[in-house]
Amino acid sequence: MKARIPAADASTALAAMLPAMLLGPVPSAADEPPQLVVYTYNSFVSEWGPGPRIEEAFEAECGCDLRLIGVDDGVAILSRLRLEGDATQADVILGIDLNLIAETRATGLVAPHGLPSIELDLPVDWTDDTFVPYDWGFFAFVYDSEAIAEPPASLRALVEDSDVEILIQDPRVSTPGLGLLLWMRHVFGDDAAAAWQALRPRIVTVSRGWSEAYGLFLEGEAPMVLSYTTSPAYHQIVEGTDRYRAAAFEEGHYVQVEVAAMVAGTDQPDLAQRFLEFVLSPGFQDVIPTTNWMFPVITPEAGLPDAFGQLIRPDRALIIDSQTIFENRRAWVDEWLDAMSR
Amino acid sequence: MTVRLRPGAGPFEPLSEPAFAAASKRRPLGRAARLMAALTPGAAAGTLLTLVIGSAATGLILAAEAIDPSALWRDRYVLGVLAFTIWQAGLSAILSVALAVPVARAMARRRRFVGRGLLLRMMALPMVVPTIVGALGVVTVYGRSGWINDGFDALGIGLRLDVYGLAGILIAHVFFNMPFAVRLLLNAWSAIPGETWRLAGQLGMTGGQIFRLIEWPMLRQTAPGIAGLVFLLCVTSFTVVLALGGGPPNATFEVAIYQALRFDFDLGRVLLLAALQVTVCAVLLALLGRAARPMAVDPTTAYLHQRPDGAGMWSRMLDAAAIGLALVVLTLPLAAIAVSGLSGPVWAVLGDAALWQAVLRSVVVGGAAGMLALLLGTGLVLTSRALRIAYRRPAAADTIDLAGSLILVVPPFVIGAGLFVLLRGIADVFALGLVLVVVVNALMGLPFVIRILGPAAVDAAARHDRLCASLGIAGWHRLRLIDWPLLRKPAALALALCTALSLGDLGVIALFGTPDSQTVPLLLYQLMGAYRLGEAAVVALVLLALCLGLFVLIERGIGGRGDR
Repeated sequence: MKARIPAADASTALAAMLPAMLLGPVPSAADEPPQLVVYTYNSFVSEWGPGPRIEEAFEAECGCDLRLIGVDDGVAILSRLRLEGDATQADVILGIDLNLIAETRATGLVAPHGLPSIELDLPVDWTDDTFVPYDWGFFAFVYDSEAIAEPPASLRALVEDSDVEILIQDPRVSTPGLGLLLWMRHVFGDDAAAAWQALRPRIVTVSRGWSEAYGLFLEGEAPMVLSYTTSPAYHQIVEGTDRYRAAAFEEGHYVQVEVAAMVAGTDQPDLAQRFLEFVLSPGFQDVIPTTNWMFPVITPEAGLPDAFGQLIRPDRALIIDSQTIFENRRAWVDEWLDAMSR
Repeated sequence: MTVRLRPGAGPFEPLSEPAFAAASKRRPLGRAARLMAALTPGAAAGTLLTLVIGSAATGLILAAEAIDPSALWRDRYVLGVLAFTIWQAGLSAILSVALAVPVARAMARRRRFVGRGLLLRMMALPMVVPTIVGALGVVTVYGRSGWINDGFDALGIGLRLDVYGLAGILIAHVFFNMPFAVRLLLNAWSAIPGETWRLAGQLGMTGGQIFRLIEWPMLRQTAPGIAGLVFLLCVTSFTVVLALGGGPPNATFEVAIYQALRFDFDLGRVLLLAALQVTVCAVLLALLGRAARPMAVDPTTAYLHQRPDGAGMWSRMLDAAAIGLALVVLTLPLAAIAVSGLSGPVWAVLGDAALWQAVLRSVVVGGAAGMLALLLGTGLVLTSRALRIAYRRPAAADTIDLAGSLILVVPPFVIGAGLFVLLRGIADVFALGLVLVVVVNALMGLPFVIRILGPAAVDAAARHDRLCASLGIAGWHRLRLIDWPLLRKPAALALALCTALSLGDLGVIALFGTPDSQTVPLLLYQLMGAYRLGEAAVVALVLLALCLGLFVLIERGIGGRGDR
């Protein structure tokens, strides 16, 4: 049987690993570089995401081992941190967003970054002693122009007057999913539940994270997916096509600001702080536009790629303040669950 | 009845209370020591179980911010989960048994046809096939871009199957449970005495009359119990629903618990959902009563009598159709795994060291969980048997067996998360991660050990207690000389089953798995989640081969080949 060959090759290595197997990772020897563990979302660590380049750049200057661990999508990072509590291995979390900062702060599991404040290119005013923003964008429905000639002109039109099928993400796992939930809340207020029920028959699936939904969209499972206004730039730059476009909605677009923070119980506070500093440096920021496909918080010296200039520019940036979200998230998610279950 | 014992005659228990009391007066220590010996294994196992489940519940209760049971009845989502859980489990049970009846009848009528033995053996397969692999097989056949939709496209039929949602869940549950129901039903058929068939022949009964007068009364007695068992297995279904549910509307208790932990970290809701699941299942178990207890170990040996009907063309066609249906339901998903596994990126996947680390980890975890389950189960079985046979306390013995079975309905995530939360402040929980998985998986395997080993152990005691007593064989010697040859086969089967189940279980590792503790099912689930179906197919084939290989190895290696 052919399969034996690689098995036999691997078996010697495996025999050496056996004792460590049940007891988890081997404690690093004294001469090994210190390890910095960062919990982030899956698409960040994928081979086409920013992860590999950021790991390389930071490791080159820190003399440490940067371990980026993908934990589903953004919201799941917070749940994971709460499940693990003080026992967590994470030194830094990267990938929750503005909507979750009040709730995350209230857990007491994150610590102030201690960095001086600097000027940032953000659509909102920013001062925070704990969370470091690293990129931002507008949520938008991205559509396949070969399947839809004229996309709905507003969120209300999508909900009430459209037969377009869509893919969305689970707001309990994914920050885009949560973003849509808040966007709906912003536009429909207390009628949000009814709006979800109207939308529900046309939701092809609710995926766990952004990557899964976008992957299904590109495979043609639905002609429209919740993503960002910046997503078409990827198709222009990497694939040279303008087939995939973002639909501009009249009500305005909900804003996402993605942030990182130091974990309070970290055993590497200096290294964690250095990483957060690195997040605001060109080594990190210049990589963001063409790997994470978001707006950087510090515009690169060379400017943004041309494709970013052709993106739709929402007239209104919608946002709900994070304390209000903290107080209502559970109720709103339950409202969504209930509307989706009926 | 009074039985006189030779002095020092060993562990035979006096059967009447006065004699019992007289013996105990003369040799109080002997009696106490024997009672101790009978109770210790079960007490030890029971203490460990109580400790694990108790600390898990304590951990969750301590960590939960607010528990408000009344919120449960106002929580429409939870009520929706309750409704969906029961609805899908009810449909799955009815479908599985309704399909199993004609198949079992056909198998009972056709005692000889090419491949009959193989088909019977294959019907035991779904017990060992990891649920995640079965789910992937179902997606490959019935999924959006699966075989059937490809077939529709090729034929120009505008139909499209969508497997995500209730339909997919039902297909997968029928795949896993219909063959199981067939095996149990065949047992019931073989219990119809030969005289009945001879009489039916003499009276010249037609197939329809036989069904109405002989088989239907038998089915009315057995089928509800089997349906109840399938219902129970489907109420606690996790992996199938997670992989095929397609979103929030379709969640069972187990999935809702997983999501409340993983997504919301809402421990109050976790506890409420768990309590609800245990209550629903406990009520059901009580209703099922005896029907749920006996479990067919090896029905292929059951003898089926010659019967007078089934010679006509119609009945032949009917039986052929039923057997054909079983073949399709059973083999299509497995064939899909084999075919797409072999046509996937085989070398790229097999060349990845991470896969082999996961394989080794899974085998170690599976083996350890299997052995722990066997050890705990043996403890409970020995005490339960002593109470049932030697001490004539069947009610106490039933209680022990029931307690063991009830673990089947305790959500593993609750135990896993409870221990995790309790230990996180004390120990390095990540280092202990796989140990937690072993403990939880062992508990999940326990009901199977009790059901497989229990009847055989009771049987051995009923047959040999007197002999052992009169020959003065006791303790270790008895275990080695009398029990082991008789229990070797069921013990090996129990160990093999628990190991395979644990190895193939996605389970609690999905909750706190890190790259350092990745198992093969977790790797497979992540590949499926990322829709990397090519690689997933290869990993699924590896996992399937691993489970079946290990199962056969343990069953044959320890159980031996002979009949006993």
